Amino acid sequence: MTNSTPKRLRPLSPNIQIYRPQLTSVLSIANRISGIALSLYAIVLVVWLVAAAAGPQAYSKIHVFIGSGVGRLLLFGGTFSFFLHLCGSIRHLIWDAGYGFELRTIYASGWTVMLVSSALTIIAWIASSMLAR
Amino acid sequence: MKRQNNESMRSPLSRALGLGSAKAGVEQWWRERVSALALVPLTVWFAASIIMHTGSDYLTFIVWLRTPIVSLLMVLLLAGMFYHTALGLQVVIEDYVHSGLKTFALLGMRFSCYGLAIAGILATLRIAFS
Repeated sequence: MTNSTPKRLRPLSPNIQIYRPQLTSVLSIANRISGIALSLYAIVLVVWLVAAAAGPQAYSKIHVFIGSGVGRLLLFGGTFSFFLHLCGSIRHLIWDAGYGFELRTIYASGWTVMLVSSALTIIAWIASSMLAR
Repeated sequence: MKRQNNESMRSPLSRALGLGSAKAGVEQWWRERVSALALVPLTVWFAASIIMHTGSDYLTFIVWLRTPIVSLLMVLLLAGMFYHTALGLQVVIEDYVHSGLKTFALLGMRFSCYGLAIAGILATLRIAFS
């Protein structure tokens, strides 16, 4: 063969965008995204503690922001990220111990993570709004 | 009989030994899991406490944070949280940053995590001992 053309279209392996999102892949990336989000909320925790140490004025400024619409929305996102990462991590720890690798179990645990983390987020907000009164 | 490395008297096995992986990956994997395990009760305690303090004013919050067990748990939470965060973000940076920025991103992330952890712990201790 004397075919020496340098540019030939070679088949590429399918890229991530080509796959239809599945529960397994969505939860996998969701655990990473929620982890990254939580590292930003960890900064908020430190700012909050430093403000509390600085005195009542600094603390009330933080509290006014958290009580605002944007603050509440961010806090809600933080609550969901926390419960999602918590439940997802427990699922991962069970895998790391060597259990739950059958396809059926993987889907069952995946839906459990979705359901429990959503329920805990809602319960947390209902409990906190009841205590706020 | 033909020899591949005439000069060397070492056996093929001794030449190959030590040329594998750095063997450090498993340790990071374990550190991530152990810190995750420690963070399960600590973060659940923290979330429950924050919910209980929804309507609290400054003084109530400070009095709560000053109780020895709460100060201790808060310091443990901050240490464990930023330790776990640094390990997690390291993997994220190593996965997605391939340019020369990688080293700086890793350094910046590490320094930020240590700085934030110490700032949070200092603030907690300041309240605890004030």
